Amino acid sequence: MKRLPRERAAAAALALLLGAAFQARAQADPPTTPPAKAGGDERLELPPPPFTEGIFPCSGCHADRKPDPTRRVLKDMHDDIQLRHDEQHRWCLDCHDANDRDLLHLASGEKVPFERSYLLCGQCHGEKLRDWRAGVHGKRTGEWRSDGQKRYLLCAHCHNPHQPRFRSIEPKPAPLRPERPGAHTASAGTSTNPGGRP
Amino acid sequence: MSDDRQPSSRRRFLGSAAGASAAFIVTACGPKRLFEVPSERLRKQVAELERDYSTKYGRPVTVADTPARPGVRFAYALDISRCIGCRRCVYACAEENNLSRDPQIHWIRVLQMDKEKGVDFAHADGYYQPKEVPQEGHFYVPVSCQQCENPPCTKVCPVGATWKEPDGIVVVDYDWCIGCRYCMAACPYGARHFNWAEPGVPRDQLNPATHLLGNRPRPKGVVEKCTFCIQRTRAGRYPACVEVCPVGARKFGDLLDPQSEIRYILEHKRVLVLKEDLNTVPRFFYFYAT
Amino acid sequence: MSTVRLFSRFATGSLRLVLRGNAVYWGWLGLLGALVVSGVLAYAQQLRQGLVVTAMRDQVSWGFYIGNFTFLVGVAAAAVVLVIPAYVYDWKPIRQIVVYGELLAVSAIVMCLLFVFVDIGRPDRFWHLLPPLGHLNFPSSLLAWDVLVLNVYFVVNLAVVTHILYRAFSGQPYIRSFVVPLVLLSIPMAVGIHTVTAFLYNGLAARPYWNSSILAPQFLASAFCSGPAILLIVLQLLRRFTRFEIDDAAIWKIAELMAYAMFLNLFLHGAEAFKEYYSDTEHLLYTRYWFQGLGGHRAMVPYAWAAVALNVSSFVLFILPAARRHPVLLNLGCLAIYAGVYIDKGMGLIIPGLTPDTLGDIYEYAPSLAELRVAAGVFAVGFLVFTLMLKVAVPIALGEFRFDRALPGDTLEGLPLQQRAVA
Repeated sequence: MKRLPRERAAAAALALLLGAAFQARAQADPPTTPPAKAGGDERLELPPPPFTEGIFPCSGCHADRKPDPTRRVLKDMHDDIQLRHDEQHRWCLDCHDANDRDLLHLASGEKVPFERSYLLCGQCHGEKLRDWRAGVHGKRTGEWRSDGQKRYLLCAHCHNPHQPRFRSIEPKPAPLRPERPGAHTASAGTSTNPGGRP
Repeated sequence: MSDDRQPSSRRRFLGSAAGASAAFIVTACGPKRLFEVPSERLRKQVAELERDYSTKYGRPVTVADTPARPGVRFAYALDISRCIGCRRCVYACAEENNLSRDPQIHWIRVLQMDKEKGVDFAHADGYYQPKEVPQEGHFYVPVSCQQCENPPCTKVCPVGATWKEPDGIVVVDYDWCIGCRYCMAACPYGARHFNWAEPGVPRDQLNPATHLLGNRPRPKGVVEKCTFCIQRTRAGRYPACVEVCPVGARKFGDLLDPQSEIRYILEHKRVLVLKEDLNTVPRFFYFYAT
Repeated sequence: MSTVRLFSRFATGSLRLVLRGNAVYWGWLGLLGALVVSGVLAYAQQLRQGLVVTAMRDQVSWGFYIGNFTFLVGVAAAAVVLVIPAYVYDWKPIRQIVVYGELLAVSAIVMCLLFVFVDIGRPDRFWHLLPPLGHLNFPSSLLAWDVLVLNVYFVVNLAVVTHILYRAFSGQPYIRSFVVPLVLLSIPMAVGIHTVTAFLYNGLAARPYWNSSILAPQFLASAFCSGPAILLIVLQLLRRFTRFEIDDAAIWKIAELMAYAMFLNLFLHGAEAFKEYYSDTEHLLYTRYWFQGLGGHRAMVPYAWAAVALNVSSFVLFILPAARRHPVLLNLGCLAIYAGVYIDKGMGLIIPGLTPDTLGDIYEYAPSLAELRVAAGVFAVGFLVFTLMLKVAVPIALGEFRFDRALPGDTLEGLPLQQRAVA
């Protein structure tokens, strides 16, 4: 395998952390990236796609391989990916470009880089794409002014493209029930710290 | 008997002049509620507060008194088709706004409701604690101050310690509130909270960037509530709950800006407000994005 | 006699009167004093730690203090309204009834103001309510109205009663043009203070249990049936232990009027219950919590039915002439009506109004020990004020305490002193 340039590795590692965080346990803290601007896609600046570490560029392995367009369940590589995203009707090469694995492709055949994967998602999820562009779908951080700096995320930052449905997560603790004074058994209060923790 | 039949008109005049001057002096120089304080005095008050807080918490604390931006009216929208009830907003708010940890105060309460029953407060559960959320057959409705256009709370305050700012945020003057809790009885959303004891915010967890009408540490015996993170929103940023929500269910913006997310939601989504029949006209909308 | 000398006679005479009494009197004062001390200590604890020493929490943010306040505003209102039947039925000791009624009203208002004071979170900011230093949110806030009317009512009653008594003490008739308009004013004011208090609950759309048009009439009915109960007992005590005279007929008439007021009270409660149970909306929850409990939360149920039993039985006792003429049954009825309305208006108004809370949360409130001690202290202050005022007022009203007589019990009792040289 080709050695990855250090900058790319760092970016991928950062994105991986974020991706893992969003996919496994939804957490706070947006990536500190250049702000995105409203308007046309050309001006949309987004954090890099959340690749699994070491996986990109795909051409690293696939440049020498002949694409096999047969629909099948993969056994040699990528068997860790369980497709649960309309898997009755689609498989890998319906999104990944067969000839250039560093790109995705739309139904029309038009190639799309991973940095703009939302165009691919938007083919089927057009309404979500519209909402996402308006800032209504998905996590948004930054400034509330419509011309302010806003941080957008790629679809893939929250949704695993192969299994987009969110897993359930553990909720943070429920609020404490109100208690009469002196009823606190676990941490009894003193006269200077009623109901207080020791 | 002495002759006390001075010209009564002169006596009356002197008496009322004295009374009027006394009243004027006292009113002009006496303590005032924030609503009426001239800006010079306000600056001094703010400086004093900063000194007190910095001493108490052992680190520099700033108290901003940023006024409302003209031509802005804040509104909030929450996507109940997305909220999973994870409560990260509740705790992000607690950190950002220096909410008392002990006794515990939460400005946001997330209610678990039955899909069968719909939005029904009588059968809502704020204390759910399953292993995982969202739970089958349930949906989640976080409730905090709705920043109503027609607030029942500001109407009833006997001393005028709470009012609606020009940008739409309903605020409390913590130094004027007498703690009668009439506003808490009046609020239909359980959004107002009282400091029953001295609030307990650990020093190392204090957020030192505060606002006079927002997240500055409150004293005992006064009412507090969500202020749309006034310290952030008046500086142009989203509230903490908006930024922390992992599913992007929370949206915030300027109702008067046609390009804002809020206006987009109002135009394109199915929107509802809570307890609409009470005519509080909340500025907190709930919607279904799907 | 000069004004100063007259007043100093009054002051010293009053002091001697209150310091003179039998074992029962001193026992009573001792008990009240102990309760006041206990109350002050408990309040000091509340000041130090905050209202967390009470059992009130965000879900039930008003409790025992405000419940007592509401009940006592009713007592203050009712005390004065006795003036109307006194005129209508031409009771002989009408002047005294007016005076004692107003003294009761003054004591009740003192307790009301104290209960508000101990309930607020920042008593050091009480002055925020008082213009010109403070800011009273009038006319928007009903609490602002309440502050105004309660204080005006207090001042009116205090002015009238001190004027009448002092003039009687100094052997002069009271100034009719001062007293009569104020007394006449105090009657609609009595209705007014309790209506304003009712409105402060009534206006809250967030609390469907309170947001009912029936609330103001119900407050008045429950006030007029329970308030005079104290006065009835006091009048009987005065008749027993002093030379105060009042016809049995007057006493029985008061009881009869209380019965009618109780009927109205019961009718209005019934109307409320009908509306809730028949319409069967979710607003029934609050009434159900009070009478039946919700789920496992049944702490209020015994009190609810006790109040019903007390109210109904006192109604029966007072409506049957034979029963209300019987001294034991009459006084039992007084206690029953007082207790029944106290439960109804104190607990039965505040707690179900706030339980479940606006978001469906149920917190079962019952006052904490600190709250009970502070409340007992406030009641003790009120009873103390009433006792001490009566100790001075009764001798004045009976003509025994006058500027030109020795105090009753002095060796020269009944004999006018030599007139002293006028200064």
